[in-house]
Amino acid sequence: MSRPRDKQLTIDEVVAQLEDGMTIGIGGWGPRRKPMALVRAILHSDLKDLTIVSWGGADVGLLAEAGKIRKLVYAFVSLDSIPLEPLFQQARQNRTIPEICEWDEGMFQTGLKAAAERLPFLPMRAGLGSDVLRNNPDLQLVTSPYADELGDHEQFVAVPALKLDVALVHMNRADVHGNASYLGPDPYFDDLFCMAAKKAFVSCEQIVDTAGLTVDTPVQRLLIHRMMVAGVVETPNGAHFTNCVPDYERDEKFQKHYATSAADPEAWAVFKERFLSGDEDAYQAAVAAWTQEQEALR
Amino acid sequence: MNDVTRSEVCAAAVADAFAEDGEIFASPMGLMPMLGVRLAKLTSNPDLAISDGEALFLGGTPPLNAKADVIEGPIPFRRVFDVIAYGKRHVMMGATQVDRHGNQNISAIGDFAQPKRQLLGSRGAPGNTVNNRTSYWVPRHSPRVFVEKVDVVTGVGPKLAKEAGPAASKYNDIHRIVSNLGVFDVNGPDDTVRLLSAHPGVTVEEIQEATGFELALPDGMGDGKVPTTREPSPGELMLIREMLDPKRLREREVPSA
Repeated sequence: MSRPRDKQLTIDEVVAQLEDGMTIGIGGWGPRRKPMALVRAILHSDLKDLTIVSWGGADVGLLAEAGKIRKLVYAFVSLDSIPLEPLFQQARQNRTIPEICEWDEGMFQTGLKAAAERLPFLPMRAGLGSDVLRNNPDLQLVTSPYADELGDHEQFVAVPALKLDVALVHMNRADVHGNASYLGPDPYFDDLFCMAAKKAFVSCEQIVDTAGLTVDTPVQRLLIHRMMVAGVVETPNGAHFTNCVPDYERDEKFQKHYATSAADPEAWAVFKERFLSGDEDAYQAAVAAWTQEQEALR
Repeated sequence: MNDVTRSEVCAAAVADAFAEDGEIFASPMGLMPMLGVRLAKLTSNPDLAISDGEALFLGGTPPLNAKADVIEGPIPFRRVFDVIAYGKRHVMMGATQVDRHGNQNISAIGDFAQPKRQLLGSRGAPGNTVNNRTSYWVPRHSPRVFVEKVDVVTGVGPKLAKEAGPAASKYNDIHRIVSNLGVFDVNGPDDTVRLLSAHPGVTVEEIQEATGFELALPDGMGDGKVPTTREPSPGELMLIREMLDPKRLREREVPSA
């Protein structure tokens, strides 16, 4: 029987396919369902001069602090329950990211759509009149060829395609071929990230066989089809400390520990040494040990 | 009703901002906007569509921070962007700065290239303000918030929208600014912030002193003639106190003196 090819990779095999200077889109949303295991692996790599495209959370903070980002395209960076991401704040205030593109968050979707549809741009109202245009002088306007009801030819923002070299997304379930489902309430834009990219890598909580993907789940939850995917990697708890509902909620205690540590250079050095100096297995073990300590203190 | 608190006056003022909206998606950002929107849904505007703030439309009107309720549909972020463009939405956002012309800033304080303080980022403010009705909630009215000119324009006021052309101004609709001191719109001369009412116990002078630009006043209303923001009715107070916010979370945003 012929079957589609097996695209299973290890975390290191995914990172080995990344190159200096690439444009990398990171799926999820703020502190929600982020491919953190892959982000952590990038922190350890020699990769540099990356362009990062993200509705940002700790992924952006960590990559900025590690000096990986040459250019950042974002609309916000937030941890939700902690509104301001401390490492991102430091990076902006110390001007350590050479190039900054702050867009409206809806423009982001439009830019990914344009890339996914192989269009150079799509028109949109968002941005008009705001400093998004002043702070991104590359953004151009486009005039409608059609008159509106008052005879005006409206001028819209021509949101340029957010073309990605690579997309990294984290899903709840996937098969070895790259079909992948989300089980929480929000798909975010992970399919668009994959379609906007030359190569997309899906990390997931669990790899199951293809039939297993729909055994107790409506087919509409299969957001990503294998034709959009170059590689699949199983990373249990791989979105930690962002959420990956219903598999797990955001680890609020650990996120607080992260944010508190990030605000103080000495505490940050300790945090990095304890949690970010080893591979993904070491990270998960260190988090488990920390969580046990916290529970013992209660 | 001498025991009505300032936070309860604010909740009713937020509710009033949504009273005439009809059947649209009410998107409150933060605690007081959420309290006010839910109060409006239980009183003046039962047709409002409200969400859990994550990805679901709610069929009922649960208390603040309650999760379990009847679900009437999905509203994931991609659908939110659809509804913004569709226009049937009224968002009440926060504002780290708001200026004379009703422009809002939630991006950064200081020079954008190297901010003194980086805030959230533009979020959806540029898109919201040129697509759907937008209001702002300011829990601590001060000259640092109400400034002559915002450092970064994220939310677009009517003057800048008009200058940007019909595509920007057609659906620009900055409806209300509710602060802990009063209620405002942007219908002053030359599209400026105008005081509509002062909360009970607050004078126009106090509001002007806490504002970094000269406020417009309603036509024919000099100092001393500005209306007083209404107090919530006994029914509204019961809903706020017993049902929507029994833990008095509203007092954390607007403490009683």
